[in-house]
Amino acid sequence: MSGAILEIDGVTVAHGARAVLQIDRLAVRRGEILAIIGPNGSGKSTLLRIMGLLQRPARGEVRLDGRPVDWGRGLLSSRRRFASVFQEPLLADTTVERNVTLGLSLRGVPAGEAHRRARHWIARFGIEPLTGRQARTLSGGEAQRTSLARAFAIEPDVLLLDEPFSALDPATREDLLRDLQRALRETTLTTVFVTHDRNEALRLGDRVGVMLDGRLVQLDQPEVVFGHPAGPDVARFVGVENLVPGRVASADGGLLTVDTGALRVLVPGELPVGRSVMLCLRPEDVVIRPASAGVTRDSALNHFHGEIAELISIGAQVRVLAECGQPLVALITRHSVVELALKVGSPVTLSFKASAVHVIDRGITG
Amino acid sequence: MELIWDGIRRAFLLLVGMDREVLAITWLSFQIAATSTGLALAVGIPLGTLIALTRFPARGLLISLVNTGMGLPPVVVGLFVSIFLWRSGPLGFLELLYTPAAIVIAQLVIAAPIVTGLTLAAVQQISPMFRLQMVAIGASRGQLLWLLLREARLPMLAAVMAGFGGVISEIGASMMVGGNIRGQTRVLTTATVMETTKGSFDVAIALSVILLAMTFLVNYLLTALQQRRRPS
Repeated sequence: MSGAILEIDGVTVAHGARAVLQIDRLAVRRGEILAIIGPNGSGKSTLLRIMGLLQRPARGEVRLDGRPVDWGRGLLSSRRRFASVFQEPLLADTTVERNVTLGLSLRGVPAGEAHRRARHWIARFGIEPLTGRQARTLSGGEAQRTSLARAFAIEPDVLLLDEPFSALDPATREDLLRDLQRALRETTLTTVFVTHDRNEALRLGDRVGVMLDGRLVQLDQPEVVFGHPAGPDVARFVGVENLVPGRVASADGGLLTVDTGALRVLVPGELPVGRSVMLCLRPEDVVIRPASAGVTRDSALNHFHGEIAELISIGAQVRVLAECGQPLVALITRHSVVELALKVGSPVTLSFKASAVHVIDRGITG
Repeated sequence: MELIWDGIRRAFLLLVGMDREVLAITWLSFQIAATSTGLALAVGIPLGTLIALTRFPARGLLISLVNTGMGLPPVVVGLFVSIFLWRSGPLGFLELLYTPAAIVIAQLVIAAPIVTGLTLAAVQQISPMFRLQMVAIGASRGQLLWLLLREARLPMLAAVMAGFGGVISEIGASMMVGGNIRGQTRVLTTATVMETTKGSFDVAIALSVILLAMTFLVNYLLTALQQRRRPS
């Protein structure tokens, strides 16, 4: 059997003459967290409904464990291998605990076992004080925690998350994202996570898929998708950035040294040594000089030597790709290119401030 | 005023004295109304749920008919049920006219649209997203129906109250298909009309008080059930 638990092949969904979803091929690997990003109306939620066997596509095939899904008699038992969490959590009008056990009682799991599992996930999502509360009295964040606990308690083969944080305020979202990240790392559950927020995708996704106008236009490692968008449409949506995966090598007074394999980058932050992170750096924050100019005294803490690999004009600006053991992209004016006499092969020094680097904590240590 | 006071005083005596005939009429009224409401629930809940959850041609027309049925005049129901049960009518061979069963049939026709219409409204007000989410966490078709009715239980109890209230207070149909036969089909409402026309205000008042008390008691119990909330 292949490493794919769920596969989608040649699936089309149309509303009238307009195709809202057209996926040639998508395979979800066992144990991975697949983040799907795209603007509103790009077909993400439709894709997720098809993946959860909640909607039968007009054309195409969905395979589970390599076998085509039976949309007839066998549908319920296949569907019960999934659990979904939606943007708006709709809970049954009863207590928090009974909502968390609901998926289990629907599956005929004995009450004692259901209770035990519910307790575990209620604790995991920090809603123990709410156990006996009526679901209708919960705030949005509390309801979403209950909904997440309800899905995790099912211990599904595949977890589907449809913009679970979009309706929450930033502080609540951050707390919940952290708890979800921890829960996902703990369970190694196969997860498909749909969002329009690229930060969420970067934090959680092992792979990132980009959907535009109902099509999956790119599917790859996060640093590839964000660093090397497949086309201008993707670039416009994800924003072009330098994305470098690395690991915290040392931490000292709010300043981290991140080892990317080729470079040691200084960034602000408080994280334990060994933590896996993703560094994001906007190309316009990278200063580029001829190597002969030497390192000038400025506030930048990061200086790397390399050589120019590519120069591409984008309007009044030029995108400079420099190889420093690690490809980095800088965006400078056409005027500077001429003034500094930059050419492909020119030796250069790239500098950027520590504070210009956005650090994404991937939540894995070791 | 004398008339009213005297009526109330003698009504009180009738009630306290547990008049055998009054008790029998009360018990029959309750039995008939409870039976017809029960049957109306058995018909109306599945029908209302089905109409709420499915899409078919002429659905809008059917909903309009149900809503009209909720306000069906009892005398019209009484007339048509009488015609159907008449000795020479289509169901005359059943020989049901002027029996409690005939009253139950007429009251069922009155209450079923009420229960159907309120069930329809109750199930419809549940977001379609709720259905999707329940299916997404593993509900089978049967489990989904149960979850939806459970979710709609507050308005559903209102449907029970409206159905019972509609038939216990109804008179036209009971009179026409039941005939107000003493000891057989005489119920609280028909007896009240008769006693009033006879000028026996004391008995009429006593019967009215019982009718009010029974309606109140049933609604009180259902409301208690509806508003029951475990402390959080």
